[in-house]
Formats: sequence, structure tokens, C-alpha cells
Amino acid sequence: MKIGVITYPGSLDDRDAQRAIKLAGGTPVPLWHASDDLKNIDAVVLPGGFSYGDYLRCGAIAAQAPATKEVIKKAEKGLPVLGICNGFQVLVEAHLLPGGLIRNEKQHFVCRDQRLRVENKNTRWTGMFEQNEEITIPLKNGEGGYIADEETLKYLEGEDLIAFRYLDVNPNGSMNEIAGLTNSAGNIVGLMPHPEHAVEPGFGPDTPVATRSGIDGLRFFQSVIGQVVG
Amino acid sequence: MFKKKTVIPSGVDTTKDAKSNEKDQPWAELGLKQDEYQSIKEILSRRPTSSELAMYSVMWSEHCSYKSSKIYLRQFGQKVTEEMKKHLMVGMGENAGVVDVGEGLAVTFKVESHNHPSYIEPFQGAATGVGGIVRDILSMGARPVAVMDQLRFGDVNHPDTARVVHGVVDGISNYGNSLGLPNIGGETVFDARYQGNPLVNALAVGVLKHEDLKLAKATNPGDLVILFGARTGADGIGGVSVLASETFDDEGPSRRPAVQVGDPFAEKVLIEACMELYENDVIAGIQDLGGAGISCATSELAANGDRGMEIQLRNVLLRDESLTPEEILMSESQERMMAIVNKKNLKRFEEIMNKWEVEYSILGKVLSDEKLVIKWDDEEIVNVPPKTVAIDSPVYERPVEYPTWIDKLNADSTKDLPRATDPSEIASQIIEIASSPNQADKSWITSQYDRYVLGNTALSMPDDGGMVRVNEESGLGITMATDANGKYCQLDPYNGAKLALAEAYRNVAMTGAKPRAVTNCLNFGSPENPEVMWQFKRATEGLADACMEAGIPVTGGNVSFYNQTGDVAIYPTPVVGVMGVIDDVARRIPSGWQDTGHNIYLLGTTKDELDGSAWAEVIHGHLGGKPPEVDFQKEMELADLIHGANIQGMVASAHDVSEGGLAQALVESSLRFGNGARIWLGELMERDGLDLTAAMFSESQARAIVSVGREDDVKFVSLCEARGVPVVRIGVTDLESSALEIQNVADIDLLELKSAHVRTLPELFS
Amino acid sequence: MPKIIVEIMPKQDLLDPQGKAVANALKRAGNDIETTRIGKRIELHYKNQPTEKDLEKAKELARDFLSNSVIEDVVAVFIEEEN
Repeated sequence: MKIGVITYPGSLDDRDAQRAIKLAGGTPVPLWHASDDLKNIDAVVLPGGFSYGDYLRCGAIAAQAPATKEVIKKAEKGLPVLGICNGFQVLVEAHLLPGGLIRNEKQHFVCRDQRLRVENKNTRWTGMFEQNEEITIPLKNGEGGYIADEETLKYLEGEDLIAFRYLDVNPNGSMNEIAGLTNSAGNIVGLMPHPEHAVEPGFGPDTPVATRSGIDGLRFFQSVIGQVVG
Repeated sequence: MFKKKTVIPSGVDTTKDAKSNEKDQPWAELGLKQDEYQSIKEILSRRPTSSELAMYSVMWSEHCSYKSSKIYLRQFGQKVTEEMKKHLMVGMGENAGVVDVGEGLAVTFKVESHNHPSYIEPFQGAATGVGGIVRDILSMGARPVAVMDQLRFGDVNHPDTARVVHGVVDGISNYGNSLGLPNIGGETVFDARYQGNPLVNALAVGVLKHEDLKLAKATNPGDLVILFGARTGADGIGGVSVLASETFDDEGPSRRPAVQVGDPFAEKVLIEACMELYENDVIAGIQDLGGAGISCATSELAANGDRGMEIQLRNVLLRDESLTPEEILMSESQERMMAIVNKKNLKRFEEIMNKWEVEYSILGKVLSDEKLVIKWDDEEIVNVPPKTVAIDSPVYERPVEYPTWIDKLNADSTKDLPRATDPSEIASQIIEIASSPNQADKSWITSQYDRYVLGNTALSMPDDGGMVRVNEESGLGITMATDANGKYCQLDPYNGAKLALAEAYRNVAMTGAKPRAVTNCLNFGSPENPEVMWQFKRATEGLADACMEAGIPVTGGNVSFYNQTGDVAIYPTPVVGVMGVIDDVARRIPSGWQDTGHNIYLLGTTKDELDGSAWAEVIHGHLGGKPPEVDFQKEMELADLIHGANIQGMVASAHDVSEGGLAQALVESSLRFGNGARIWLGELMERDGLDLTAAMFSESQARAIVSVGREDDVKFVSLCEARGVPVVRIGVTDLESSALEIQNVADIDLLELKSAHVRTLPELFS
Repeated sequence: MPKIIVEIMPKQDLLDPQGKAVANALKRAGNDIETTRIGKRIELHYKNQPTEKDLEKAKELARDFLSNSVIEDVVAVFIEEEN
């Protein structure tokens, strides 16, 4: 299973996403923002970071990149797409997911081990979770406050398109505690927390058992691999 | 900042002019002394051109030339044994030291100050501090893998402190996070002595393959000199404006900003572009542009290679076309690098630049003769021997004087301070210290930093040191820890500096790593004050001696003088960073316990040492006496014991005992994972002859608390005994209990304790 | 240099955390200011004096790229006269 990871200038967690794919049993394929050749991948990850410095709006310039435009085309035909943090912002800017992401309510960048509830297990990236399972995934962002107008929120809630919700603490002031979304086909998932940082024992979030042993993020990647292969 | 205006005739001042006409030059405004100006004239056998004057003035400044500190820094290179040099690939004097860590890999690391800019403009000052040190690491051929920062702010209650704290933390957060470098640790201290002189020291670590090592050298005549990265603008050249001709009217660009503005995105792209240059072996030499900009990069590259250089300054890509040649030479615009590239590699160089959309321009070429020639169109504006600019700067042996006040300060010990007799009073002191700004939880700051990016962080704040994996196949890793105790150094700079090394060394050892090398950032007041110079002399002697005793070399560092407002200097604050190596980060030791029923041991001997302690500061507002004794033999024995026991899998957690004493160590180890413990102190107090206050709050060195599974008890204790490390069981972990239960003192509820420990900084700064 | 100016503001009904923080600071300093909102001014620089056609194109760019209609409003796009 070949899973692409697009590197934009300013991408930061691109190699971490590649590592996560490898640990989940997939083959990571590095993709370059300036090329529209997606190299026959079976799925794609838009990684975290500050693409193009996030200078206009987070993800706005990356949404115009040749590689992204190709992803948009293929996503509409069902290519599984996972947008992590900046990648989620790109998906929103590309109108593949609704709403917007603004500066954290408290004005500060925040890095924490974040508890989430899996609200929708019927997506290409969440199939290996239980419905309403509670997981811990590192979160790190400066502009992760999810906003949308009332109508959109109603639609998201009504159609079950909220993939993840924050538990315990709403770290960035997101409306309805929204941490991540999916589209109605379930092939596109975007979220602010970083599943690629909870895939390897020793380098993930703390758990009650041992320091940095949390690997809840691995199942995002295993889900897409399992479904495509199976 | 130079406010005085000096009028210079208009037009470019050429070497031809300098030969034919004398003129008054603003050497004093540029910070040169009369005799320094005189020696420039002797070197050149004529007056310098205004561009040359600009170059010499900034390269001979304290900041670039280390002219007051050089004679003392030499001992870091002299007080070393062959054994200490064993792992040292590049020592002091380069952009950063490089240390072999095995498996064909090397680590480069350095700490540098950005103190003054961070007071003037805290956000940009701190941000560009991170950017600058990361470029130092990058220029060694390494991929930067982590950052840390050592911060000193003024009194928490002073109205200006919040401005500096917010700006500095935002600046580090914004720049470091945008670069994709995990922030794995550091320290934050508040004290009124840093009010007008906050310290912002930034440390960066990088990893490289041995064969990728790069040096700032231009050795091959004919090679191209290429400037790449951000464009050059009027950043950080407030001072040199006195040289800009024709610009002293009100509209001219004479008001140049003294502050540099950083662009982390540009630097991130620069890092990736450099990585690709290294992988493809495209460059022959590389230097980052920091202080003194192009002046520094050209003269150092040429001087280090025993060569010269010819530069066409008109080729520099500018952000602001009104810059004069002098200003271009001095500009401290960020995110720029200078490469030496053989012509045959130019095409590949250009391809990589184009791929990453990095701008570049070819400025000139390397000359075989040792002369640095800089042209402005057809006019020659600089022609100097590069070594006279970059290496043979003046060296001063400034007067030193034993401080008049220090005997009195040393005599004012804590022995007469009242001590609590009532257990409940001790309990409330434990909480008071744990919630004091300097001992309180720092996650309000550290949660603004990304500790996850790159996926190799094995330990970070609040553990004793920051640990990152450097080889994903084998698990090989390194630990970095930094420490400095300004109060100890105020009492005794010689032992204070030793204590800084001792603590950083111990912190590294507590994570399971073996200490291997040292960096430092020496923050002091004015070198023109003989008492400050005495502090500097003693601190450097202490640090050099301590390194000898610990058997680990200084690989590089930085000096920051003039941290002083009026007559009041900061506490002498030598920040010491220790890098250690661990074979497999899977063997890391956390700083708190997560298992129940494990025995808790205190290692080392506790003496009644409360002078300069957190207890004296927080409970009594007192600073006086002499700092704790430091003994590297004992530190090494402790470190070796932890290492040996950890290899046998016996150490479930370890935490060093330092500021705040045993009490604070217990608080931190309990709160690390929110797990309780039962503690008894009777045996310790009896063995070491202590009262309860000393047992809880003494800051005796070479101590640690460790938790050990019951099955390893006998083995562990006999290992301690065999190695001569004093050991006493002081308690047992208890995950059923929600308290830190200290027998005959109090049961301190963990939720209350946590709330007290955690809420201090948010309450002050949110 | 001839310019077209694009002014963008966060949507009226949305939280503007920056504006809120600044308003609070202004109020703390004793200013009689109720709220502030912080937006963006983007200058498009042209070689020659922009035409009506350039302005139309700029409006399109402002809507489709320079702003995000989910969170922002384009409040003005105009040619800045040189003085």
C-alpha cells in the first residue's frame, strides 16, 4: 500500500508521517508540492507544519499548489486523504472540508497530550477504532480554533461528519469541541491533533503505564491500510 | 546605539581616497578606542576607508572579538587531557564544537546569548536568538534536531516583567515551532537582578555523519563565494549609520533599526536547502551570517583558509536599495548563509536553490593571496589582510579586583535564620517553595513549545534532561541538560560555576546517559568593572577546573558582557550545557515513578547546606553565606552508579536533588505522573545528623532520589555499597495513595500540591 | 509604485481573538474603547497604473485567494491614487 506524503516548503511533520506509515505497514511515498505527479499512490497524507510560512492564512497558499490541486481531483473520486494540523487547514482552504481554523482562543501556541473521542468510526482513517473510543493524541498548534456558521455546524452534527471531539479540555476554543472532520464519503479526514506522533512506543504521549508509550495514532494509518488491502 | 551624527563627505570612500587624503573618522562613535584606531592605520599603512572602518569596528567589538574574555577562555583549551579530547572532532573557535557519538555520527551543539536585543524587542530578540544559534549548528554540516533555552527575567511583580516574558516566550515559540525543532528543555528563573537585563540564551543541537562535517573555510583559489537565503536589509545596523554618507538629513535612511527581524519560514527552507547541498557534496565551505554579517563571513572564511577573497558588493541582493556599502557590510539581516562553491558544482548548487526557491547571488571568488578585496562597482572600498579583521583582534587583560562586598556577603550565612520546628510549618514551607515562581511548574511556558516534531524526543521538560534519538535503527541517543545558579555564583563565582557543571552533569546522568562534552554561555556585567572581571576570571577558572575533574571538554560557547544597568550588574550567570550519550534511548530513565510498591532511595550524603538555597530565598528572602560544596569525584561515582544500575534494568525512575532540596525533588517526582508515595526521614536524619529543615531543604550536591522495584532491592543496595555511594531508603511509592505522605510531617494531598505547583505562572502571566 | 489595495476583515459575527486581546489591553490602559477588530491590508503593486480590468481581476483574487469567505470578508478593493 503506497501512501503519499506531500512536502510543502515549511512542512515540518512530513518525515514523521512517513515514519508512521512505515510503522503501520505501508510504503511511504514522498511527494513534492510543485509536482502534480502523485506517483500512483493509494492514499495521501497532508502533513503538519507551516506551509509557505502560513503567511496569508494557514494552509491557503498550499491549497493552490499543483500537488494539492491533483489531490483535490482524486479525492473527489475517492482517494483517501488525511490532513493533519496544517494539512487539515489545507483541506479546509481547499474546500474539501467545511469551516475555518483561526488563532487559538488563548492566543498562544499549545502543545499537549490531548484526549479525544472518536465520533465517527466509519471513515477510511478510523475503521480500526471503536465508536466513541477515547484516545490520546499529541496536539500542537497556534491556529486550531475550528469555526463555522450555525448552518454548517448543524449540517456537520446532523450528517455525523464530526470525526473527533476534544475531551477534558478544549485546547483552542473550537466550536462544538470539534477536533476533526470527515466528508460524507468518509475518504477525507482532517484533524488538528497529530496521530503520527503517537505511533511508536517511547516517542508518543505519556500513559499511566509508562512514559511516552501512547500509540493510539497508529490505528489511523492501519485503518486505511487494512481497508484498502482487505 | 549611536545617536551622535557625524558628517562625512558624500560619495563612496575608496582605498585610493584613503591613500591620498586624511580625514576625521568617527572611530569613537563606532566603539573603537584611540589605540585600536591607530593600530588599524598601522596594519593598513594608511587610514581605513569608511567600509574598512566599519568592518574593523564591528569585528573588533567585544561581541565579535572576545577581546576581554579571550585570555580566560584559553584555559578551556588548555586544561584538557588527551583522554578528554578523545571524542572531540572540532573544538573551540569554530561555529560550534563537534563531538563523536559513535556509529559514524557526530553531534554539534552550542548555547548563545541574545540578551540585549531581547530586552529592547523581546519577541524579535528571542526569535532571532533561536534563528542565529540554529544557523551556527547548520553551518557545521549538521541537521538541527533540537533546541533549548535558558531564560532569566526580572521580579515577577515588576510591571515590566510580563512584557519581556510574553515577548520572549512568544518569540521562541513562534520561531522554534515554525522551524520544526523540538524544544526539549531549559530553565526559567526570576530575580530582580535581571530586571533591566533579562537573559535569553538559546541552545541548539545538530547531528551529522562524520564525513559531512563542514568548516567555515575558503581554501581553494578560484572557488566561488555565494551569498544565499534572505535578502539583505537594514537590520541591526543602528550603530553603523554614523558611516552612511549623505544620509544625515531627516528624510534619509539614517534611522536604521537596531533590531533584527526574523522569518522562520525562510530559515526552515534554508535548512532543507543546506541539507540537500550537504547530501550532494556541493560546497567546499560554509558560514552563517550573524553578528557583523558579510564583514564577518568573508573575513572569517578567508582567514580560516589562509586565503583571500574578492567580492563585488553590488551583487548583494538587497531588500532596500538605499543601503550604503558600509551598511551592507554590517547588516545583520537574518536567514542568510555564505557558501564557497567550486565552479564545477555551480549548476547543482543553482538547481538546489531553485528547487527550494532560495535566492542567491555570486559575490566573488577565493584568492590565493591573503587579502580581502571588496569592490563597489569599479571602486575598491576594502583591501585588508583578512586575519587582521577576523583573528588578530586586540586582546585585553582588564583589571580585576576582589569585590569589596563579598566577604560580608559570605559571612552572612543562613545559620542564624529561624527554622521550623512544627511539622505543619515544614509542610507549608514545602508547598510555599514548590509554588514559588522559580520552583513552580513551568509548563505555562513549555506547553507553548513543540516537543514532538521530528518524532525522536525521548525525554523533555519536566524531566531532568532533554533526550533525543539520533539513530533510528540502533536507538542511539543524546541527552542535553543546562544549568546555572546565579545566586551560587554571586556568593562564589569559582564554585558557582563548578556547581553549574555539577548540576548539568548530574541531570544528564539521571536520564541514563553518560556525560561527554560541555558548552557554555557566560553572562556577566561590564568587563570594565574590575569586580565583574574578577567574577569572570573566577568563574572561568572554576568551570575549566570542573571540566578537568569531570573529564569532559568544553567544545565552544559564548560570552555576554555588559548585562548591567548603571552600577548594578546581573548575578554572574555562567550557563553550562552538558551533552551525554546513551546507547539506546529505550533505556531512558523518567524523573517520576509510575509503579507501586517501589522503594525510594536517597543517594549521596546530605549536609546542612542552606546558604543560597531556594529555602533561604523563598522562606526568608535571604542570600548570603557560601554555596554548597562541590566534589566531582562524588558526582562521577553517582553518575556511574546510575548508569551501571540502569544497564541492569534496576532504575525505574531517577531525579536529581538540587534547588529546593529533597522536598522539591519528592514533589516533582510525585507530580510527574501524579502518583503518591510514603516517605520517612528518620534514618536519613540520624545517619547524616540533620534536623528536619536540613533534611528537607538542604542543597547538598551529588545526590539523587531513585525508585527501584522490590525484586532488585538487594542487588541495588549492594551495588551502591560496592561503589561507595551512600544509600538510604527513604520511602516507598504508593499508587493507591493520592498524597505525598511524609511521616511525622504531613500528608500532602497531590491534587492540592499540583494545583499550588502549577498555577503560579498562569496566575502571574495569563 | 501604482497599487491596488485589498482590505480584509474577520467576519463580523466571528470571534476575533487578536482584536479581543487588543481591546482588553486598551481598556486596561484606561482607554474608552469598547471593541477592536484586526484585519489585513494587502497591497498589490503594479508596474503601470492599474486599469479597471486589473481592478476586476484583483477583486476576483481577493475573493478566491486573498481571503477565505468562511472566516473573512473583503471590505474594500480599490486603486490607490498616487499623490
